[in-house]
Formats: sequence, C-alpha cells, structure tokens
Amino acid sequence: MVKYIPNTEADRQKMLADLGAASVAELFADIPAAVRLNRDLDLPPELSEMELAAHLGALAEKNAALTCFLGGGYYDHFIPAVVDALVGRSEFYTAYTPYQPEISQGTLAAIYEFQTMIAELTGLDVANASMYDGASALAEAAVIAVRKTGRTKVAVARSVHPEYRQVLATYLAPRQVELVELPHEDGSTVADLIGPQTAAVVVQQPNFFGCLEDVLQLERLAHAAGALFIVSVDPVSLAVLRPPGAYGADIATGEGQSLGLPMSFGGPGLGFMAARENLVRHLPGRMVGATNDTRGQRAFVLTLQAREQHIRREKATSNICSNHALCALAATVHLSALGPAGLSGVASLCAAKAAYTRDSLNAVPGFTAAFAAPFFKEFVVKSSYPWDKVKARLLEHKLVAGPELGRFYPELTGHFLVAVTEKRTRAEIDRLKAALEEVAAC
Amino acid sequence: MYPENLRYSSEHEWIRVEGGAPAKGGSGIVGITHFAQEALGDVVYVDLPEEGRVLKAGEAFGAVESVKSVSDLYAPVSGTVVAVNLELTGHPELVNQDPYGEGWMITMEIADPAELDRLLTAGAYQGMLKEG
Amino acid sequence: MLKKGDVPLIFEMGAPGRQAFSLPANDVPAKEPSWPAELRRQAPPRLPEVSEVELVRHFTALSNLNFGVDTGFYPLGSCTMKYNPKVNEVLSRLPGLAQIHPYVPDELVQGALQIIYELEQYLAEIAGLARVTMQPAAGAHGELVGVFLIRAYHERRGNPRQKILVPDSAHGTNPATAAMAGYEVVSVPSAARGGIDVQALEKVLDDSVAGLMLTNPNTLGLFDENIHVITDLVHQAGGLLYYDGANANAIMGYSRPGDMGFDVVHFNLHKTFATPHGGGGPGAGPVAVSAALVPYLPVPLVDFASGCYRLNYDLPYSIGRVRSFYGNFGVLVKAYAYIRSLGAAGLKQVSSDAVLNANYVMHHLKQYFDLPFERACKHEFVLSGKRQKEKNGIRTLDMAKRLMDYGFHPPTVYFPLNVEEAMMIEPTETESKETLDLFIGACAAIAREAIDEPEKVHAAPHTTAFGRMDETRAARQPDLRWRPKEEVPAGNAVRG
Repeated sequence: MVKYIPNTEADRQKMLADLGAASVAELFADIPAAVRLNRDLDLPPELSEMELAAHLGALAEKNAALTCFLGGGYYDHFIPAVVDALVGRSEFYTAYTPYQPEISQGTLAAIYEFQTMIAELTGLDVANASMYDGASALAEAAVIAVRKTGRTKVAVARSVHPEYRQVLATYLAPRQVELVELPHEDGSTVADLIGPQTAAVVVQQPNFFGCLEDVLQLERLAHAAGALFIVSVDPVSLAVLRPPGAYGADIATGEGQSLGLPMSFGGPGLGFMAARENLVRHLPGRMVGATNDTRGQRAFVLTLQAREQHIRREKATSNICSNHALCALAATVHLSALGPAGLSGVASLCAAKAAYTRDSLNAVPGFTAAFAAPFFKEFVVKSSYPWDKVKARLLEHKLVAGPELGRFYPELTGHFLVAVTEKRTRAEIDRLKAALEEVAAC
Repeated sequence: MYPENLRYSSEHEWIRVEGGAPAKGGSGIVGITHFAQEALGDVVYVDLPEEGRVLKAGEAFGAVESVKSVSDLYAPVSGTVVAVNLELTGHPELVNQDPYGEGWMITMEIADPAELDRLLTAGAYQGMLKEG
Repeated sequence: MLKKGDVPLIFEMGAPGRQAFSLPANDVPAKEPSWPAELRRQAPPRLPEVSEVELVRHFTALSNLNFGVDTGFYPLGSCTMKYNPKVNEVLSRLPGLAQIHPYVPDELVQGALQIIYELEQYLAEIAGLARVTMQPAAGAHGELVGVFLIRAYHERRGNPRQKILVPDSAHGTNPATAAMAGYEVVSVPSAARGGIDVQALEKVLDDSVAGLMLTNPNTLGLFDENIHVITDLVHQAGGLLYYDGANANAIMGYSRPGDMGFDVVHFNLHKTFATPHGGGGPGAGPVAVSAALVPYLPVPLVDFASGCYRLNYDLPYSIGRVRSFYGNFGVLVKAYAYIRSLGAAGLKQVSSDAVLNANYVMHHLKQYFDLPFERACKHEFVLSGKRQKEKNGIRTLDMAKRLMDYGFHPPTVYFPLNVEEAMMIEPTETESKETLDLFIGACAAIAREAIDEPEKVHAAPHTTAFGRMDETRAARQPDLRWRPKEEVPAGNAVRG
C-alpha cells in the first residue's frame, strides 16, 4: 500500500462502478499488445521510510567530509539557518509556476525582489527570473548577441570557466558560429582577435584563475568592434568590485550558488542574467513585472511572455520553460539577510583570507602563486610535486583543494586552484600550509 | 471599419498609397486592420524594422504583441522601408484605438506598383473575413 | 505609498544599519587588497537592511499569498502536481549529500556517484532504453539535449537533415527547441481519435525529416493506438523519435517508450517522480537513449567498474556539455528516494490510480462541458468551454478564476491549442475520492452559474486576496524591478 496514494480498494470499486468498468485494466485497453509491458519493471523492492532513511544515510556517509578549499565556480560559503527555514515553507516549494497570479503573489513578489537585487548587484537595468546555472546563462547571452547582430563569431576568453566554454560551444554549434578563443598571459586575457564579425566578447570576472581582468579595456575593444560585451561574474565579488553595468557591459550573467545555495555536488544551481534596457525583449526566461489588480492593489505578474516558448514557439528567444525559482528565492532571502554590510563583510573576509592563504602557500618550498594579477577569493598555485602526492597528503589532513588545472589547461599541468571563503578559519588555513610543507619535506 | 481607399492583404495588413496613382518609387503606408487588432486584444508592443530595410512581398518585417499572443507582420508589397512609426514604442495602444490612422506602422517606397493589384479591395477583404 | 492589500516588498521595510546576519571577526592579518581603483565598487549595492524577525515575517507573509499542493487540489494538466514526500526533502539535506563540492575526487564521493548511477539504471528500465544523461536541468533542457542528439546522429551519417515534425497539439517548447537546434518545424495534424493522422504523417516523411517529437499519451491525455506504426514509419524514413516524458505518469509499468519505438526520451523528475516544483524550478530533465545514440550523450556519464564508480568523460562523439558539473543532484536524490520508496509495484499503482482518478473526474464532468474526444483517457483529459461561451459568453478563463473561490487551483487553460477554450485536468494519484468529488461539485456549480449567474463567473475571483491582474499594463509599461522613490520616473505610478 503506497502511502502517498489515498485510494483504498473500496474507493476504487466505487469509482469503477461509476465508470461501468470492471477493473482499471479496462482503462488501459487501448494500449496495443505490441507495446505492452508484460512483466514487472525490474526495480529494487520498495523500502519503508525507516529503511529509506538508513539507506540514504549510508550513501551520504560514503562521501568524505573534508575542509573545502576547492574553487572553480562553486564555493563553500556560509548559509544562515533562516534561508532554509523560509525556503522550506511548503507554500513556496509545492507551488507551480505562477501562471495564476491571484494565488501566487508569494512566488511572484519574491522573484520581483530577486530581479531587483540582481540588477542592483550587476549595476544593469533589468534581470530575468533566473536560469539553470551560470554556464547555460552565459551560453544564452551569447545567443542573444548572435541573434541581435547577425554576426558569425563569438570571442571568448580562455580564462572563462572551461565547462562554461564547453556549454557555449554546444549551444552555438547549430548556428554555425565560430568560437574564437582569446588567450591569457599571466592569468589575464589578451584581446587581439576581436573584429567586425564578432557578435560578442565574453569574459569572466574574476576569471577561472581567480584573477581580475582589465574589463575596462576589454569593453572598449568590444564596443569599438560593434560587438556586445558579456561578462560572467561572481555575485559575492560585486559587493566590492566594480559591477558590469558601471563599466559598460551589455549583459552580465553568473552562478548564484554562492548566494545561499548548498553545493549539493554541483546542482541545482542558479543562473542569473541582467542586461541593458534596450535588450529587455531579447532576454530569455521568465520575467515578473509590477502592476495593479482590479481592486487597485499593487501586485505582480509574469510579463513579456510573448518572448517565451509557450507563445512565440519557434521564434521564442529560447526554449527555456522553467526558471530555478526556489533557488532564486533562497538567494533573495540570503541577500536580504546579509544586506549591503553583510555582503561586503563576506566579500572582505574572503579577500583577506585568500590573500593570507596565498602568501602562506607561496612561502612553502616548491609551491608558487602562479599569477601576479589582482585576485578576489581564489588563486592558482604551481606545484613542483606530483598532484597525486599533494592530494593524498591533503586528504590525510581532511583537506581538499583544487581542481588541478591540467585536466582543463594542458599548459597548466601541475597547477591547482585554491579558493578561500569566509568559512575558512586561520587554523584551517594554517593546517593547509602545514600539509603542503609535509609534501615539500618528503 | 474597412476604408475603401485602402488595399488589404490576406495577412490582415492594409496599405494606403500616397499621392494618387503610383509611379515606380511611390510610397505606401502600412498597418494592420480592425479585425487584426480586435483579434489580438490589447496591443502591448510593436516590433518594427529599421529604416532602409528592403522587403519582398510576403516577407515578415516585424511583429505585434498582445499579452498572450504575437502576430508576425508581412509586407503587402515589395519595397524599402522609409519611415517607421516611433510613436508606437511609447503608445502601442494606438494600434487598437486608430489602426488606420495613428496606428500606422511603416511607410514603404513601393518597388513594383503592379503588386498592388494582387491585394484585396475592401469588399474582397470583408468577404474573406466572412468566409472565416 | 504602501496601501493595505498591496503585496509588500522587502525593500520597503527595515532601517539603515539593520542586518539579519552575523559574521566572525577576521582572524587573519588584515591586508589591503591589490585591486586597482578603477576595478573597485564605488557605492554599495542597495540591498535590504532588515533584522531577522522582519525578514522572517516578510517571507512568511509572502508564503501565505501562495497556493501549493500542500494547500489544496492542483489539477494542472501536463504538470503532474502530485504530493511531494517530506522524507525526500529531509534526506536531500543530509550534509553528506548537500555539502559536497562537485570537484571532490571520484574516490571520495562514491555515495553520490552511486545515487546517480542507480537512478540512471532505474530510469533506463522505466524508459526501456540503454543509458541516461542526468545533465538537463529541466524538461525543456532535456528536450534541447534530445534534439541535439538527433542532430549529432544525422550529422555523423553525413546529412543533418532539415526538419523536425511535431503534432499540432504539441507544447510550445517543442518548436522552440527544434529552432534552437537549427531545425525547421513542421506540424502534423491529429486524427479523429486524437492521435497523429498516420496518412498525413506518411505524406510528410522523407529524407529531410530528422525526427518526430511526440508525447504518448498526448497532450489530450489520449494514448495513440497507432504508436508502433508511427515509430516504424519514421524509422523507415531514416528519422528518429523523441518522446516528451511529461505524461509518463500515465504508463509506468504498463508500457515503455523504448518499446513503443522511441529513440530518445526525457523525463520530468519534478512531475512523474514527485520532486517539488518549487514555484517554477529547480527540476530535472534526464534523457534516456537507445544504444545507437549513446556515443553522443553529454559528458560525463557515471560508470561502474572494479567495484568503483567514476565520472567518464571519454565520449569522443559527445555533443558536449549543456551545463556545468553533472546535473541537479539535489533533485536527483529526491527522485531516487521516491523510486526506492515505491518499487515496481508502487510505480505501477501510481499510474493505475492516476488514470482511474482522471477517468472518474472526466466521466462526471462530461455532462457539464464539451468533451472533444469521447474515449477513455489516461492520466489527464481535456474539456472545452465552448458550450458556456456560446450560451453566455463565459469563457474558460472566467470559469478557471471562479474555481479559486471554491478553494481549488485552476486546471491548465487554453492548451492544447487544437481545442477551443481548452481546460486540461490532471488530478494525479495522490488525491482522495472525496477531494475529486468536491472538485466535481465545484465544476458543476460553476457550469450552473455560467447559465444562471454569468456575471459572477465573469468577475471572478471574489474571495481570493487578489483579483485579476492588469496584464496589459504590465506588458506596456514593464516595471521589472523596485526602485527607490527618488528614481521612479514620472507617470509610473505602480508604487504610488
């Protein structure tokens, strides 16, 4: 008896009687014999709730609990308890997309607040209701540029997250758009290859190496060529770094996992996209707007839906149907909890601790900070020792750092990322240094 | 509802030729009909082309949006866009209020006046509407 | 000025200096960052400054303005608004599952990889296909992957082909997706019984057709009895078949898309497998494929060898990535838990009761509303509000709004497009007979009101906290973010 199904046999009999059917099987009579499944599905037997909890508990224990210095787009930031307490309200998480606004003002108002906060952080005019993740948001931004300019190239910095560049390639492939890679020198982008066929110049700030790019110069080059300037940003950094809107970006995208979402082995994340006013009708995804109801009350609705798939169909700005509403809600609660002072405080702690860590590790023989460029909360370390040795020694101390960059950048084999958030204590950082000293001593 | 001095397309656009019998290079003003604006409901946005765009008869040149639907706009004849009604950016409701006057959309320099003969008269257009 | 009845915004509360967050002091030597002046932020972002109690009251108030499955009956056709088990919420939050970074080495996350691997096996079995990618974050995302896979398959054979066929009853994502993948969309009409018109299909099938996108049962809730004929025809023309799994709740244990002849299938975990809709996401849209399409799957896949799970990136013909990392793992965990809770018999019972409940409601409503297709439905059915419109001008929209006064969320309206004044109703299996009877009673009452008191229906809803919205204004004068009073342009009086 499945506990989520209220119907009892007695209920079923009454319903079948009304239908004049002898059994439920009659309702499936139109399935042709050729496609009927004539055996049970081969799945493990059902588990009671207790057994389920024990099983998943055991699986959870097989994932090592380590002090996290890993970077590369997802970060171990602190999430205050109030976020999950509010996001866990079932009126929020068991609701559908707010297509009936009269009974969905909770979802709609929260998204309007989210759109406002993203616009504020990025310094741009308008944001959408969120997307799947930073990678797909960046890809969709490039598609906007290609559709709008009609040009055939997209220049993307090699220092943009490698997985994001792969997603970009996948999304652009059917459009016969050439991806031109802009190389990096000492951790920052060199922009020689921008020309009249460039639809967009795509960079990341801070970039995958944690370094700050000269975005002012990149903006000038992009716009001089008539290309759109698209920047993928770390939302926490925007508390202390100049936002894209203030240096002329046309579109800003990014990954919002750092804003109150658990790392959860890589998903669900939170893509965001903000743009200049003139691009609002080109934006994919849902958008919430303010209006009044018939009783004169201020309220919110999904708007500009004519861009979307359910109306525009093959001419839609994208096929995207959902947003990551609950993740956007978490970010909205998180940013409201932090406020400007809290977010600056977090950003400053990250920067200070990352600087301290970098100096500490740089002093260990055989380990060098790879790039001299300014950085925010992560940086690249070059190791003279085999990565497996380093990894194993860190693990002995219940530490993990990385990723090792050779898997993405052959020219950076033997280099690894170190990310330091506000959660990393001095003791943990000193332990990291001690572990690397042990590697050096061997 | 369907002025006699206009010509109509089966896609519910109208064209008013300026200055009497057109020579090659004469101009025509284009918009959508009363039927179209009523079917759309409240128009919220009109997506218009840039001046200078060259169009073939039947080519899609823009779109008119209501809250829950979008309709493409098709050039009734071939020609070049010489003017665009920028008033519609701030006041899309003009399309509903005055589809043949202030709700005009583009002015075209007509490439081939003979194409006008392929369009419908007011009577023929209304006949088409009746047939559904 | 905020009036009573207005929806409150977090920006309109709080005071300078308040925050709902505490930070430890910096325990490392302070060091001035080396950022150049021109790269620093000048003015802090204008985020709310509220205390924790204000924060909690605000979002609690917002939640009270929402209607979820936990509030009441939510018969949205094609969305499968079934109950979201609470144990799955709790288990997905276990630190060993929620607090793992995606770049932790494989050997240290064997539990997570096992969940992904086993879920893949379960979904492959339910689909009747070979392997599954967990990357897509939503149904539409899964569709995009599916069409990219079809494209990759044809490109490898030297001709990507130009067209994707979709039925005229298709969801809007289908043509949008096909266009994103560079295909032209051609619509195929439905036949009298509601399925695809096979003769019309034969006429359009040739070597320019890359594939056909279908859902079965279709958006009318009807199982296409010619499905194996259809899939054979498309295969003979060299095309592939894509199955939109939105309606999988109807057939688990009864039939499998792979056995129907489909080559690629996406599932909506947030529909069929009970993960929460979240107000619009996050969901997950895993895609299952036949053996012929496995080489093109996005990387990485999870493999198991020598007693160890690992991420496999070695797919030389892969279409690449469609997102960062591996998938919406937090959602995958919930679907995994659901399938483990139900087992094969449980899932079959789910489909049986979903179909029984839908037929029961349809049987009792067909006397009040036009039923375009008079045959047994599967997990959902479509009614038409044509009769009411012709009698008194009452439209499906009006009746949907009136349902809110009776305490129900309205069904899906105006979809599919090939039914006039459509109402698509999907009760799901997690509703009791009493709830269904109350819903039937409410629909009957509204049908009567449409005749006797049409004005009441036309002006609905009456008892909800909010009335209908001025959507025209929202689209004509888009106001997509809050601004401080001094920044509000003249004439934009929404905030008053």
